[in-house]
Amino acid sequence: MKLYSTTLFLVCSILFFKATAQNDSMALVKGGVYLPLYGAAGQTVKVDPFMMDVYPVTNEEYLKFVKENPKWKKSNVISLFADKSYLTKWENDTTYTGLPNAPATNVSWFAAKKYCECQGKRLPKIDEWEFAAMANEKVADARRIESYNQYILSWYETPRTFNNPIGESYKNYYGIYDLHGLVWEWTQDFNTVLITGESRKDGDKNPNLFCGSATIGASDLMNYAAFMRYAFRGSMKARYSSQNLGFRCVKDIEI
Amino acid sequence: MKFKIKQTSLKNVALTIGAMALLTSCVNTQSDKTYENAVDIPVNQEMVAELTDPPFVPTPVGNRLAKKLIVDLEIQEREGEMVSGVKYIYWTFGGTVPGSFIRTRVGDEIEFRLKNHPDNKLPHNIDLHAVNGPGGGAESSFVAPGHEKVFSFKTLNPGLYVYHCATAPVGMHIANGMYGLILVEPEGGLPPVDKEYYIMQGDFYTEGKYGERGLQAFDMQKAIDENADYVVFNGHVGAMTGDNALTANVGETVRLFVGNGGPNLVSSFHVIGEIFDKVYVEGGDLVNDNVQTTLIPAGGAAIVEFRVDVPGSFILVDHSIFRAFNKGALAVLNVQGEENEKVFAGEIYEGIYQPEGSVIQSMPTSGSSKPKEEIKALSFEEKMKFGKDKYMATCVACHQGNGQGIEGAFPPLANADYLNADVDRAIDIVLHGKSGEITVNGKKYNSVMTAQALSDEDVANVLTYVYNSWGNNKTDVTPEMVNAVRNRK
Repeated sequence: MKLYSTTLFLVCSILFFKATAQNDSMALVKGGVYLPLYGAAGQTVKVDPFMMDVYPVTNEEYLKFVKENPKWKKSNVISLFADKSYLTKWENDTTYTGLPNAPATNVSWFAAKKYCECQGKRLPKIDEWEFAAMANEKVADARRIESYNQYILSWYETPRTFNNPIGESYKNYYGIYDLHGLVWEWTQDFNTVLITGESRKDGDKNPNLFCGSATIGASDLMNYAAFMRYAFRGSMKARYSSQNLGFRCVKDIEI
Repeated sequence: MKFKIKQTSLKNVALTIGAMALLTSCVNTQSDKTYENAVDIPVNQEMVAELTDPPFVPTPVGNRLAKKLIVDLEIQEREGEMVSGVKYIYWTFGGTVPGSFIRTRVGDEIEFRLKNHPDNKLPHNIDLHAVNGPGGGAESSFVAPGHEKVFSFKTLNPGLYVYHCATAPVGMHIANGMYGLILVEPEGGLPPVDKEYYIMQGDFYTEGKYGERGLQAFDMQKAIDENADYVVFNGHVGAMTGDNALTANVGETVRLFVGNGGPNLVSSFHVIGEIFDKVYVEGGDLVNDNVQTTLIPAGGAAIVEFRVDVPGSFILVDHSIFRAFNKGALAVLNVQGEENEKVFAGEIYEGIYQPEGSVIQSMPTSGSSKPKEEIKALSFEEKMKFGKDKYMATCVACHQGNGQGIEGAFPPLANADYLNADVDRAIDIVLHGKSGEITVNGKKYNSVMTAQALSDEDVANVLTYVYNSWGNNKTDVTPEMVNAVRNRK
């Protein structure tokens, strides 16, 4: 029995170490419940623990991916999966422009999804992404802190941040960088919260979007910062890509 | 033979031209037929709409027939200057605030192509108040960065309409400059006038106070509180002053297409020294005559017309007057031509607004009175630059872009004997204000200047700039000199 436990312990340790070696650029997000922007009053959402990439995928990493998966080269990609803006700034199939450690942008949802699958990972769900992104340097939910919201809002107004290298914004509570301040990021279910483009009408269609936020009683700043993300997601389609839109991957925790 | 061929071809050409002229006359100009319902107005031919940057407007529609009109508008998020030394990231329709002027006629079918530049960070859309349809086109035009949306509508109601972005958060998109005007002219066009201009008011909310240097971020809390730092015409302070002032000649009729983008404030639009002969109230059919000040709601517009009878500088303001003299809502129309003493004799004290009453009042000073992290000028060049920025932010409204002042109201600073005679007196006036009669270059002025809440540095810079411009005596004013005057009994 003792031997068995020891063996089990050893195996687990090995597995654990192997896992950490593989996931050394991932961070644990412990999960919990949170009240999303779109939720009805008091209707919280449970987020299970998961591992998230510390940084968004970079140009260099994406180049490696297209070399290994020629189907996703700029000249080969099927238009159903990526429109003309796919890798539009790349000089050719294997030459990106900008810094090697700048985030890979102009990547469609299909391509981002495939990339993550090839790493044995997946794209984060909106709730996972939003949950991890509530954090500032010190606390897991900084949404009521003015400096946190001001940081996001001022990023919205800073042009061409997509040229910046990863890792220059703050390291958040979970040890994750760049959820704010660099580029937008794809999520698995980006188009499930509908912002139709007629934001005022959205209020009628989906009163939760408004009532929810009103009953939180939190600052309007918080809603504004988040609204912009939902609006951006709502404007995208899976085959679209954008200069200001990158991605990162997450992984379930195997129990 | 050769000659003959030539003759024939010439004849053909003549014939073709004749036919074309005939065709054009029946295709492009007004037919006698009238339509009770604008929906029934047929369109023929396609035309790309002429779009103009403010303060200019496209060619009037005249008597052209309704057409399919293609409007090609690109959204750009770009840095601009709010006032000298102050930068701001504007979100724009067509690269300007307000956005490009769109001119159509009733019955036109507009094919609207809205493009969102790939460098932009945000999705945008457009709600045109000239549209009969859900969201004014907002839902159909929601466009991601690097994409283009095309939608179409028919103009049914003549009038002057606002367009704006309606993407969440709507207030922020509008506050950053996403608005403009679209004119729908009636059949046959508006009556011709001599000059037409495009003016749009907007309020801006920045982290720093009015005039605080550097790139200023949008301040959401101030926007919610409706506490504007800037209220301006055409996107920034001084968009239509100095070299960019509007112009007209005596005897001409001027038509202004005036809009108000908001996001918050309602404009009391007034031209100092003029009376609007005609106001198309709220941009619609109702015409009011002889109006002094017309109210332009946020998200609304008006067309005003007036004949200019005498030469001079006419100042366009939001008559909520602190906005004009302290926040930027001021533009100038320069009228040239012959004096007309019957209309305006000049010796009557008229058309002047004294915003601060008859006693000198001071700007509130904030406790320590020293703004934090003041940037000190290190060289004479820098002093001139900072001084000019301060001049453009604070003094230009009255003393004008080249220090010429306004005769009868605001004394000149250019080549001014009064100024050059005594530097300490000049410092004292900036610090403590001045009222009562003075004589400058042989002309009498009886006005009020308020005491300015400026630091010693600022006063030194601005006075150095004034003394070293426009033919003055090149005095270099130092902060120490200012301090000495400030502290004397």
